[in-house]
Amino acid sequence: MDLNIIQIILVFIVAFLAGMEGILDEFQFHQPLVACTLIGLVTGNLVPCLILGGTLQLIALGWANIGAAVAPDAALASVASAIILVLSGQGKAGVASAIAIAVPLAVAGLLLTIIVRTLATAIVHFMDAAAQEGNIRKVEFWQITAICMQGLRIAIPAALILAIGAGPVRDLLSSMPLWLTDGLAIGGGMVVAVGYAMVINMMATREVWPFFVIGFVLACISQITLIGLGAIGIALALIYLALSKQGGSGNGGNSNTGDPLGDIIDSY
Amino acid sequence: MANELRLSKKDRISVWWRSTFLQGSWNYERMQNGGWAYTMIPAIKRLYKTKEDRSAALKRHLEFFNTHPYVASPVIGVTLALEEERANGAPVDDTAIQGVKVGMMGPLAGVGDPVFWFTVRPILGALGASLALTGNILGPIIFFVLWNLIRMGFMWYTQEFGYKAGSKITDDLSGGLLQDITKGASILGMFILGSLVNRWVSVKFTPVVSEVKLSKGAYIDWDKLPAGAQGIKEALQQQAAGLSLEPVKVTTLQANLDSLIPGLAGLLLTLLCMWLLKKKVSPIVMILGLFVVGIVFHLIHLM
Repeated sequence: MDLNIIQIILVFIVAFLAGMEGILDEFQFHQPLVACTLIGLVTGNLVPCLILGGTLQLIALGWANIGAAVAPDAALASVASAIILVLSGQGKAGVASAIAIAVPLAVAGLLLTIIVRTLATAIVHFMDAAAQEGNIRKVEFWQITAICMQGLRIAIPAALILAIGAGPVRDLLSSMPLWLTDGLAIGGGMVVAVGYAMVINMMATREVWPFFVIGFVLACISQITLIGLGAIGIALALIYLALSKQGGSGNGGNSNTGDPLGDIIDSY
Repeated sequence: MANELRLSKKDRISVWWRSTFLQGSWNYERMQNGGWAYTMIPAIKRLYKTKEDRSAALKRHLEFFNTHPYVASPVIGVTLALEEERANGAPVDDTAIQGVKVGMMGPLAGVGDPVFWFTVRPILGALGASLALTGNILGPIIFFVLWNLIRMGFMWYTQEFGYKAGSKITDDLSGGLLQDITKGASILGMFILGSLVNRWVSVKFTPVVSEVKLSKGAYIDWDKLPAGAQGIKEALQQQAAGLSLEPVKVTTLQANLDSLIPGLAGLLLTLLCMWLLKKKVSPIVMILGLFVVGIVFHLIHLM
């Protein structure tokens, strides 16, 4: 489908916001759930883009910028794949192939991020010069320039995809054979595991593994929603913290054998 | 001290708003330094009036800084308090301010990453995504609203906390509360991850393990049913009585695995990914590899 000029401008703005947020990481406009939905909203393809956003979000759960490391670029992946989905006019049926496009884009976006962060090094030198003069306005100007640069990082590729137009994008997608899209959908179901694995590796200690097991088993009961599981999780965390404190004070002066049953028998 | 310099609440709100853009000029040389200076500007304007003082303050705040963007807020609060004292003539030198910043940013980043990136965001994200997958617009709205309420509230209150506690904050934070929060978050996080792995990692094997021909009377004999609505009623009754719909009982590999515990294959895949990550295999390679596996296994009818 073709977009009118107002829709194109709105898509550009959403892409710009997503690009800014890709580095700021505050409002989360770059998260697939938000970015894809907004693209869907402004182009009148809300439901397919919403489903695309939800699917991509599950893949991207563990992607985070830590220290100087850059995660795969959720912003470019969500914005570009949502635009491609909209242009293809396939609706919900196009979600699987849009996801297949999103993942390589996330890697490409990584390169763009590194380039922009390198360019920003020059910008802070301009800030140094402005600080030397005591020129507050100039420092502010360069900060805002740097943020806009991050916005353009996503907005320009988005505009390029829009410029290529619906025709080539649709041809590309419809030329994909069924075995490929089905296979990609199956792969998409498994890719989620990578994100979880990243998160688990960060958090797992001997102490908290049992909670993973409880969560896994309880999730088999399909009547419990995620909100319900969250409530159980919070309750478990509170119980554990409270109990571990009691244990700490109780064992303070006593013989701490680590064998409560043995202690009881001894005291008889 | 009649004309003591104080930061008004309006200044602090302005600093809080600007701290949203902390990472805007993130660079490989001094990381968040530009955003930090930008954040401090309302305070610098209030506290220092001469060009020389302002220039010195800007340069002081363009030094290296990097932490998790939200837990920077307590550091900002403390720095505001220190700058205020300095402007009022207290002997707070550049090294003291830089020392507090650097001293706090490391431990705090250690809290911010697991709590926000690895607990709150995956949980809210999965919640939102699970609604979005059913076409429910509330998914992204809940994610966006809850996230920003938590974030903005956290940033404002910790900044105020830092500002009031001044340089004493590092002592407070080394106490038990911070540890409790980190541990509680990782317990909740692991619990939710366990359930997410079960619910959302989808690995489905299609091969048929066995096809058993059922004996007569164990399945619904469609030919012998009366015609019309009567037949449908009869069929439903027979099904409720435990009769199979098909004369052949098909058991897939997936059904076998699920009878152990649903989601087992997904769990094994997750553990494999964790192991590969520990072997320093790039996540990108793994993601692309899994797509290839999906296609290949589909072609050979394994999935």
